[in-house]
This record gives sequence, C-alpha cells and structure tokens, in this order.
Amino acid sequence: MKGRSPSEPGRREDRTVRGILQIRARWLTLAIAFGSLVFLSACSPTAQLGSPGAAQDSKAATAPLHDISGTWDPGPIEAIQADGAKNYPSDGKHDLPFTPLGEKTFKAHKPGFGITQVPVALANDPMDICDPQGFPRIVLHNFRSTEIVQTANQVLVLYEFNKIWRVIWTDGRQLPQDPEPRWFGYSVGHWESNDTFVVQTVGTDERTWLDNAGRPHGGNMRVEERYRRVDHDHLEMSVTIDDQQMYTKPWVALDKLPLTLQPADFDIREMQCSPSETAAYNRDMAKPAAVGAGK
Amino acid sequence: MRNRWIAMFAVTACLLGVSAPLSAHHGNAAYDTTKQLALKGTVTQWYWANPHCLLKFDVKDAKGSMVHWIAETSNPPDMTNRGWTIHSLKPGDQVTVTLEPVKNGAPLGRVLQVVFADGRTLSTQLPPRPAANSAKPNSAKQ
Repeated sequence: MKGRSPSEPGRREDRTVRGILQIRARWLTLAIAFGSLVFLSACSPTAQLGSPGAAQDSKAATAPLHDISGTWDPGPIEAIQADGAKNYPSDGKHDLPFTPLGEKTFKAHKPGFGITQVPVALANDPMDICDPQGFPRIVLHNFRSTEIVQTANQVLVLYEFNKIWRVIWTDGRQLPQDPEPRWFGYSVGHWESNDTFVVQTVGTDERTWLDNAGRPHGGNMRVEERYRRVDHDHLEMSVTIDDQQMYTKPWVALDKLPLTLQPADFDIREMQCSPSETAAYNRDMAKPAAVGAGK
Repeated sequence: MRNRWIAMFAVTACLLGVSAPLSAHHGNAAYDTTKQLALKGTVTQWYWANPHCLLKFDVKDAKGSMVHWIAETSNPPDMTNRGWTIHSLKPGDQVTVTLEPVKNGAPLGRVLQVVFADGRTLSTQLPPRPAANSAKPNSAKQ
C-alpha cells in the first residue's frame, strides 16, 4: 500500500488547520505581552507622581504637593556669595538701608571680602575661629548642596558647610516671644500654597554676621524664607531680612535663587571648619601674608 | 633647568579675575592681583584642608638659594569640582606653579595653575559646566 503524498487533499487540510492555530497563538502571545506591560507599568513605583526617578529626564514634570524634600544644589559658585548676600554684594554699588547703628556696626566689622576687606590675619570675622556661621549666614555664604527632610511635624535642613542642620517646626506652634538667642534661631514654617513653603525665624545670636562681607544684624531680626517648588526638579529660594535695629526697611538678600534636585544617590561632600586646620592656615599663610599690612 | 626661577612677569588684572571666586572666605587684600609668577620647584607637601588647601614647594632662586614657598588654593569641595584630589600632588613632584604673590614680598601666593614635568596640568579655574542632565561628580556611584 502506497502512502499519501504531500499533495493529497487530507494533508492540505491538516496544514491549513495548523496554520490557523499558529496565527492565533501568536496573537494570543502578543496580547498577553502587551497586557503584562500595561499592568507592570501601572504598578511600577517609578510611574507614581513625584517619585525621584520618574522625572529624571523631564524638567517639566509635575511637582509633588507640599513637598520640598530631596537634595538640592545651587551650582558650584552661584551661592558661595563671597562678596556678601547675592542680591546686595558689598561692591560699592549695592547700598543697604543702614540705620546709624547698622552703619557703625558694619564699619566695626573687618571682613575678608567686600569693600571693607582686610587681610585675613587682620579680620575679626567670627568664622575665622570656627564660630558657627549662624542663620541666615548659612544661606548667605558658602551655601552649597543641601538636603531637606520632611517629617510629620518638622522640616529639617541639612547643610554641607560644617554639617549643620536646622529644625523648622511645622506643627502649628508660634514663634517664641522672648527667645534665648541661638546661633541658628527658632524657625516655624507653613505651606502658603501647594508649592510654596514659608519660614519665619527669630531669636538669632547677634554675634553672627549676616554675610561674608560683615553685614550686621540685631537680636530682634526676623528672617523670612520662601521655598517655591517650581516643578519636580526645581526649587526657588528667597530670603528677606527685617531688622529695624540695623536697617531702615526690609531688604531681599536672596531673590528666587534657583536650586536643582539631585539624584537620590547624591553624596554631599564634607566641608568642616576645623580649628586645627584653621590654625595651620593662619600660621603658614594668613599671618605672614599680613606682615606690613595696615601700617 | 630644574629647581630654578624660570620666569617672573606682570599681566593685566583681567586675567586674574578668574581666581576671585576661588577664595570663598578669604579675600584678595593680601595679594598683588596684578602679578603672576611661574615657579619651577619640588613639592614638599600638599595639605588638603579647610579653609584652604596649601601647596608647599621648594624653589631655587636666581642666587642659588633654596626658597620654601607656600601657596593656597580654595577648600577641598571647591577643588574637587575643579578636578583636584587629596592625591593630586605628593612630595618630590617636579612642578611649575603659576601663582599670584602676596604684596609684602614673602614667598607666599595663591595658585592659578600647576604643570607637572610630563605636561599634565591642574588649574584652579572651574571647568565648563556639564550638560544639565549629566551625573554629578560626587554621585555615590563614582
């Protein structure tokens, strides 16, 4: 008995049925794969609004509400402010509204920068002996990479310089009426809108300078900080000084300073004012460099 | 020739303006910002510290006497941004240091550039800013 050749009608029918089944199987596979992708992308944490990885390449991504947490950077030189507060550098062109006492105190300060600068060995900057910069100088001089952490009742600000942190209370408390002076004062904050966090600070220590150019402040100074989350990756920071003892009217020291959100693995560098290293610098460099100066 | 003064020259202040942001805390008052010196010498110490790093090196002057120079840079975080590290220099390195001298004539200055014997150069100027979305130099992964 001879077997059927491939050209026989029964064999053709088998092949047709197999082909139809194969095509259906391919479609089914594609459908399952597509469905899986949709499901996985919906469940992925990076797809959630405001997650750190979601907006890595999308500057215009929507900002999370009531959230300024993360590590922020003002750039390598923009906020160093060596000549004084960025909006009012001590350059002879940006006059501050000093009261007579403010003018007198400013002239008594001997900074290393600005129009009243002296060689460092002749300066009386409290920072030269590693006294704390205090607030608001911490944001008006050597303001560098900064991490902001939000808890249920506080906003914590962690600064690169000297690894200093501030506590901004958000539990609804009022500022103290007669505070004991602190290097970094007392701060309370609230959300003015979904994207703007406003901080008031009082009780700062008069021994600190406002900035690197030796601008003074009194014990009753009030400082307002405004942080506006422009979009997911960008924050604007403004600082206003209100000190009737030293200035005839409030003035804006920082006006919408731009800060950029850094990756989650960003490692803030260490920059410490070390008394022993400072002593070595003064011995080897500052003092011999000032010999003969001021005579 | 090694360990000798090779040059002393004045330049315009505009060329020196780039160094102004380097000293974040200590200003220009002690320095003659109208002068630059290029000194060929031997490193004795690279002191990586705040508020300023110090480069110490020996230079033989025109009379053949050895002079010990000390020149400052900015602080470690700023120098890291400029490509320097704690290991950038070591005792014995032969270098040509370009600096701004202090006004009083002491062998002190502020570093503008260091060139090694093999031509490698370290500058105290900030390099061009990277593209907006590129990784930061102090990412934990690096």
